[in-house]
Amino acid sequence: MRLPRWFHLLGSPPFVYRLAGRLVPWLGAIACVLLAVGAYWGLALAPPDRVQGQVYRIIFLHPQVAYVSMMAYVVMAVSAGIGFIWRIKLAHAVAVTAAPIGTTFTACALATGAIWGRPTWGTFWQWTDPRIMSETLLLFLFLSYLALRAAFEDRDKADRVSAILAVVGVVNVPIIHYSVIWWNSLHQGPSFMKLDKPSIAPEMLTPFLIMIAAFTVCFYWLLLNGLRGQIVERERDTRWVKQLVEGREP
Amino acid sequence: MSAFGAIVRRDVRVAMRRLSEAANPLLFFLVVTTLFPLALSPSADELREVGVGVLWVSTLLSSLLALDGLFRGDADDGSLEQLLLSPVPITVTVLAKIAVHWLMTILPLIALVPVLALSYSMPVAALPTMIGALVLATPTLSVLIALGAALTVSLRRGGTIVGLLVLPLTAPLLIFGTRATDFGLHDEPAAGPLYLLAAFAAFALALGPLAIGAALRVGVE
Repeated sequence: MRLPRWFHLLGSPPFVYRLAGRLVPWLGAIACVLLAVGAYWGLALAPPDRVQGQVYRIIFLHPQVAYVSMMAYVVMAVSAGIGFIWRIKLAHAVAVTAAPIGTTFTACALATGAIWGRPTWGTFWQWTDPRIMSETLLLFLFLSYLALRAAFEDRDKADRVSAILAVVGVVNVPIIHYSVIWWNSLHQGPSFMKLDKPSIAPEMLTPFLIMIAAFTVCFYWLLLNGLRGQIVERERDTRWVKQLVEGREP
Repeated sequence: MSAFGAIVRRDVRVAMRRLSEAANPLLFFLVVTTLFPLALSPSADELREVGVGVLWVSTLLSSLLALDGLFRGDADDGSLEQLLLSPVPITVTVLAKIAVHWLMTILPLIALVPVLALSYSMPVAALPTMIGALVLATPTLSVLIALGAALTVSLRRGGTIVGLLVLPLTAPLLIFGTRATDFGLHDEPAAGPLYLLAAFAAFALALGPLAIGAALRVGVE
């Protein structure tokens, strides 16, 4: 099977550097617009919840951040796996860039969850809740990935060893998702990610989805932006980076 | 299969010659489980409640101590490279190493668990379930520890980081292991979590050696 030319170009650092450079402003603009629209819609226009009142409005932030934190892990693990199997350095660069972003999103998901938990469950933290535990474990997985990388001097080895860890850890992501179904607990069941009709009112559903899109775009914006830096650092001994730094178009 | 047996016999013999080293996890297990009643209240009722968790977590931590015995010695004297070069599939070698870790480190811990469980005033009737859960959960644990050891085999000091790598991945074992034990403690049928532990073990033993083999290949490069 012949692959199209642009697919092969995705393995070329200068091409991806320029492509990312072209996409970053667009992604940034789309993320900002979606965030503004979704936040205004969710925080001002959507009606208050019958049970939770105004407090529920963190539903336009917390699930989205948690969703992106898991997506970040999958992006990291898949690109690390691609990098490991086909020995594509750019894929490793994507994985390395996704790790700190995912760590931040995971920490934010835990923080917003705690803030939501205080008024609704009466506690910031509940050890028996499987979702909190799974998200915490996801944070540990991100941190152990970063720690393992940091332990290696040789970047190539760090790439390949940490890729194995990332792929093994990805087993945890479905456990997070199914934990809600496996163990009954304080956490409300899934309100959107299920097959029958979503149990969220339609006037709340639209801003909910807009915010999911907003944070997803936001993640890729941060990813591509970080990837550019990562590429330049990894390719710093090549001619095109030298030309780039000297201000000449490569 | 003969290669599997040969590696197991060799590693058991090596471990037996360094018996004091092999006994360290066991002693650590004893000391930690002795410290908990000192730190907590020594009343029988409370010990019974926390005992399940204490024994499970102590088992996890103690079995981590033996991770240098898995690949470190072989990597240092070069025999790991020979094992990787040999026509024996790497998965067989890795499975043999896992089997030795389980036999030499975890089996003694499990043998000690009934005594400790009784000292935590757990009922004798709960012991079979607890032992069964440990027997089903610990093969997965050995696979995970072998993975941690393989990932860090080329690091001079891998010990501190392996706990961070391995322990988050053991959470499902801990959840279902303690749940099964709790069911046993309260005379309820524990088949559900036990089946899940068995499924984890089958999954880990089938796929784990592939990841461990890949990590070893990167490590000795």
